[in-house]
Amino acid sequence: MIPLAWYLTFAAALFCLGLYAVLARQNAVAILMGIELMLNAVIVNLIAFWRYNEPENVSGQAFAIIVFAVAAAEAAVGLALIISIYRRRETVMAEEIDMMKW
Amino acid sequence: MTASQIFFILFASATLVAAYLVVTVRNLIHAALWLVASLLGIASIFVMLDASFMATVEVVLYIGAIAILIVFAVMLTRRVMEDVGPQRINTWWFGAILATLFFVSASALIWLTKWPTLPEGDVGNTVLILGKSLVDPSKYVVPFEIASVLLIVALIGSIAVALPSKQPE
Amino acid sequence: MVIMEMSEMLTWLVPAPPLISFFVIILFTSRHRSMSHLVALFAMGLSLLFSWIIVFNALSTDHFGEHPIASDVGWFPAGDTVLRMGVAVDPLTIVMLTFVPLACFLIILYSVGYSNFGKSRDQRDVSGSPPHHGVEPMYSRFFAFLSLFAGAMLVLTVADNLLLLFFGWEIMGLCSYLLIGFWYGRTYDDKFQITPSGAAVKAFMTTRLADVIMLIGIAYLYFEAGTLNFREIFFNEEIMKHLLESPSLIGGMAAAHLIGLLIFAGTVGKSAQFPLHVWLPDAMEGPTPVSAMIHAAAMVSAGVYMVIRMFPLLNSGGHGSPALTVMAFVGAFTALFAATIAVAQNDVKRVLAYSTISQLGYMIAALGIGAYVAAAFHLMTHAFFKALLFMGSGSIIHGVEHGMHHTNEKLDPQDMLNMGGLAKRMPTTYWTFVIGGFSLAGFPFVTAGFWSKDEILADAFAHGHWWVFVVLLISAFLTAFYTMRQISLTFLGDARTESAAKAHESNWTMTLPLVVLSFFAVFAGYVGVHMDFPVLGSMFGSNPFEHFVIGSLPHHISGFEFQWTPVIFSVVAGISGLLLGWLVYGRRPLAIGQQDPLVKVLGPLYGVFANKYYFDELYNVALVRPVKWISEVVAFKWIDRVLIDGTLHSFANLTMKIGSVAVWFEKWGIDYAPDKFGDGVRFSGQSFRVIQSGRVQDYLNITLSAVVVIGAILFVILR
Repeated sequence: MIPLAWYLTFAAALFCLGLYAVLARQNAVAILMGIELMLNAVIVNLIAFWRYNEPENVSGQAFAIIVFAVAAAEAAVGLALIISIYRRRETVMAEEIDMMKW
Repeated sequence: MTASQIFFILFASATLVAAYLVVTVRNLIHAALWLVASLLGIASIFVMLDASFMATVEVVLYIGAIAILIVFAVMLTRRVMEDVGPQRINTWWFGAILATLFFVSASALIWLTKWPTLPEGDVGNTVLILGKSLVDPSKYVVPFEIASVLLIVALIGSIAVALPSKQPE
Repeated sequence: MVIMEMSEMLTWLVPAPPLISFFVIILFTSRHRSMSHLVALFAMGLSLLFSWIIVFNALSTDHFGEHPIASDVGWFPAGDTVLRMGVAVDPLTIVMLTFVPLACFLIILYSVGYSNFGKSRDQRDVSGSPPHHGVEPMYSRFFAFLSLFAGAMLVLTVADNLLLLFFGWEIMGLCSYLLIGFWYGRTYDDKFQITPSGAAVKAFMTTRLADVIMLIGIAYLYFEAGTLNFREIFFNEEIMKHLLESPSLIGGMAAAHLIGLLIFAGTVGKSAQFPLHVWLPDAMEGPTPVSAMIHAAAMVSAGVYMVIRMFPLLNSGGHGSPALTVMAFVGAFTALFAATIAVAQNDVKRVLAYSTISQLGYMIAALGIGAYVAAAFHLMTHAFFKALLFMGSGSIIHGVEHGMHHTNEKLDPQDMLNMGGLAKRMPTTYWTFVIGGFSLAGFPFVTAGFWSKDEILADAFAHGHWWVFVVLLISAFLTAFYTMRQISLTFLGDARTESAAKAHESNWTMTLPLVVLSFFAVFAGYVGVHMDFPVLGSMFGSNPFEHFVIGSLPHHISGFEFQWTPVIFSVVAGISGLLLGWLVYGRRPLAIGQQDPLVKVLGPLYGVFANKYYFDELYNVALVRPVKWISEVVAFKWIDRVLIDGTLHSFANLTMKIGSVAVWFEKWGIDYAPDKFGDGVRFSGQSFRVIQSGRVQDYLNITLSAVVVIGAILFVILR
């Protein structure tokens, strides 16, 4: 019998590792990996809540499926953007991508 | 401590170690490979939660598609094997503090709250129920269809974005 | 029953064609001008057809209010509750469906002529600037935006819940931003004059502020009521009772009233009520069809429509609820305040802009005193005559610009002092403008504006809201006065410039909408005449409009006895305003270079009116500058330099010291030297100076810090 809090703590740790990558990594691809970790943490939470609250009602899993779809779309678009930026600016370093300033 | 708890601790710590390496190793190819390991760990957590379908999707979709996509992106973008200098930005410490704070506050909330315990009994064939409810007009058919449209838009959009522009700027 | 089912299906289809046409124009026909406007017109025509079928079906149904059309689908089941999205048509929606699609259709038709379709492209024209004499460079894009705008408005109209309404509301906000800033490249020599792009940002930011408050209200309502569906809330005694009895966060006020006030804030922004009215006059920088769209057919009526929709909530607990009192005050004040400003404006479109603000104030005030029917009635008639006036002013400007093209004069084509004598040059525009103007001024017994305005005044009089009655009466007088002033300055007398003398009538795509609308500006009023009015009242047997619209409400509100006193007052106000305007401006038209006679009469007050009570300046001093000051001095100098830089510098020094102590460590072959790392930190201290660094991660850091801080505060409070 594993308490629900264990799963939630695990997911929180995973989320914060992803958050750290997003905040601190220099390479845009690495940031994207951090985002994937965060999304996975969310999915773990959804599944855990589904299992512990109402296993007969599949809304948790349905939400998770939607998150999967969003994650796939996000990865595809994000990587396309990174490649496009790399073509133009010869860099994927988040610090050097500051066009928003201008 | 029961056997399942020991297994959970094992899998969870392995996953977290892999995730830690994802966010810290300097070589991005290695990071991507650690990401695969970490995702495998998450899939095993799903198995422990009786969500076998989710575990399968995790392996097929995340490891099979997204992680591989990331590996490709790494190889396409970096100046090959030129991983010199720090891989983190100068204000990384601020991010580290924030992430730690976030974790501390989240776990404080988690441990201060009283959660329901695991319901008795087997969950049954969730794949069947899930599949049916995804195409049930009174349940999730609208979000499901919108998700499919979103995927198509993302597909076309990413091709359009990644295409080399005709007139160089 | 078959008819009802068809209406139900058609209701879903009403907003669809313009939305589809937006994508079609953007994706496929952006290179073909005629295709673009044909697609937009066809789609809007389809919507018009659908909505009028629904309207006629509804009108032929007895007691439509008791069996409205409603249909919804499950959007997302979340746990026990299912979020449902759907459409509903009740009598109030029918009122909207009569005029919104028609006005949108005519505006799109009008835009064909306004964008100089059929002329060749002028070589001097660039995208983002108004065309000199050739066709609009971004012709297709204009029609795409107009379609999206119309589609969003129709979504809002047929929505059966507040969330879907909010979707349409926000899409309209986006479209108004895009359309006001349509000529984004335009700049002026006078650097204090607001540019289209500046006006677009101003409109967007102002309405955004209001929308955030409104969103809080929506969330609060959902929290208390558990649903956002209008009918489920208003017709459910239990929910209404709960809303009325549960205390709100602000002491002494029922939750229903606080929610009502929060949602009313959205209307204050969208319908440009005091004190968020500042964006609307500047929105005149957009092309004229946009002004008509924003001010008549869509956006501002949407704001009023929403509060009329929320009336059962606002009115709960009987008359004189705090929310309604606030509304009556804001509305009446805005009506008078904007009318005084309009008196001293010289820009032909700005007069109308302030007049719109004033008329919207009328509706809000009417709702505030509980005159539900009168507010809906005035909303409808106002949409007709104000769209007519805006399009007429666009036609005037177009004519003067045509004259400018011939004479090569350089002047402001929107300044009424540069006009005069246009009646002979542009007869169709003249007569339709006069009809619209008289309707706005409330010319007795003939025009639609008179009946709806009289209804509001009579209601205020009958229910003893004396100060509202007096304030609205004064603004009615002022309205008539500035309308006559506008007509005289523009059309009467002799031309004051060469360009005005050379102006000529616009083509049929522009004048046809004017003629159609002037028909409605006269005859739309007869549906709402009070039943006890002699001759006209008994024409339909009763007041058909009131009888029909009242069905939207769960509890019938009391009507009022017919009285002659308010009618006489409003007749006197309208006529005397028009007469005074004619005496001052019409009898002896202004000569070239002559000063506006009002300047002498009003003295320093004129300056106050002409400068809009210095509101822009006040906001600049009170809001814009402090924000800039905070971001420059506090955020930049203090937080950046002292706090962050200080931390970073001490951190850097510390690292440097560790670095020098640990020189031996370097020999071990660590990748980078700690002192270099120290330099890096110091460098980051410098680069961190400007918070607006353009780097995503810096923004994210700031955002997350705020999340952590707010989360901690909430945690402490809520425990």
